[in-house]
Amino acid sequence: MRPTGAVPVLTLGDVVLVSIQVELHDELALRLQQDLAERVAATGARGVVIDVSAIDIVDSFLAKVLHDISATAAMLASTAVVVGIRPAVAITLVELGLPLRGLRTAPSVDVAFTMLGVRQSAGSPASTVPPPAAEHPSSDVGRGRRENVGAHEQLPPSPRVREMG
Amino acid sequence: MEARVVTIATELDIVRVRQTVRDIAVRGRFSLVEQTKLVTAASELARNALVHGGGGEVSVSAEPAGPGVRVRLVFVDHGPGIADLDQALTDGFTTGSGLGLGLGGARRLVDEFHIESTPGRGTTVTISSTSGGVVR
Repeated sequence: MRPTGAVPVLTLGDVVLVSIQVELHDELALRLQQDLAERVAATGARGVVIDVSAIDIVDSFLAKVLHDISATAAMLASTAVVVGIRPAVAITLVELGLPLRGLRTAPSVDVAFTMLGVRQSAGSPASTVPPPAAEHPSSDVGRGRRENVGAHEQLPPSPRVREMG
Repeated sequence: MEARVVTIATELDIVRVRQTVRDIAVRGRFSLVEQTKLVTAASELARNALVHGGGGEVSVSAEPAGPGVRVRLVFVDHGPGIADLDQALTDGFTTGSGLGLGLGGARRLVDEFHIESTPGRGTTVTISSTSGGVVR
């Protein structure tokens, strides 16, 4: 993977999605963290899905960035899900002393969308569950989202961030 | 025996160190988990050399060891050095903005770990791992 370029941030319905396909140097990782926070705040996305299946190493710096993205999303009334951590990366993180407790993970983007209460159908990459009548994503950032998510899976209001430190 | 030297002067050099170590570990027939551990340790130590040592270099070499290959990395910086090595190796101890797992974490990921530091002169960290699941 080449250490160049920015990571494109996509909005799919009610979810912000990134797939990290480049070797992340530190500055790029921090820029991604900021881009994601801004996009979530701007769109009121209920979820942030981060596909790391192409990433072959996660050191303590990148682990901290993933954790901070998750904590920031929680403060913005959103939920981050990290998708596709490779087995060798998981083994290494645990041995390094960074089990990333509190980080929500999923084996695939499909499962992540289901966890977030987002329905996917044939013909469109992701169609979201229609928001309740009282909820207007463009004008009402964050309110009324927990109820939606809770229908599919119990999501605590925030990750257990303290366990990382 | 081959040896390569990578200068550590910017964040991008941390990526170069990772790629160099990955390359040598692959050629040394390291398993995927062995590679990942060694490359992760290298990333931690390269960042330490950059952030705390003001930059430096790493020498990467490989040599036959039994049925496998031993890869040795020597990180040298000429920064302020570390006054209390025991403290620096303790999880959670940090003078920077990270998680304080760099040195102690890197030590857990490799077969051998050696650190020498002289306050005012710099720090040298030597690590090695051998392919083929050598018992530590």
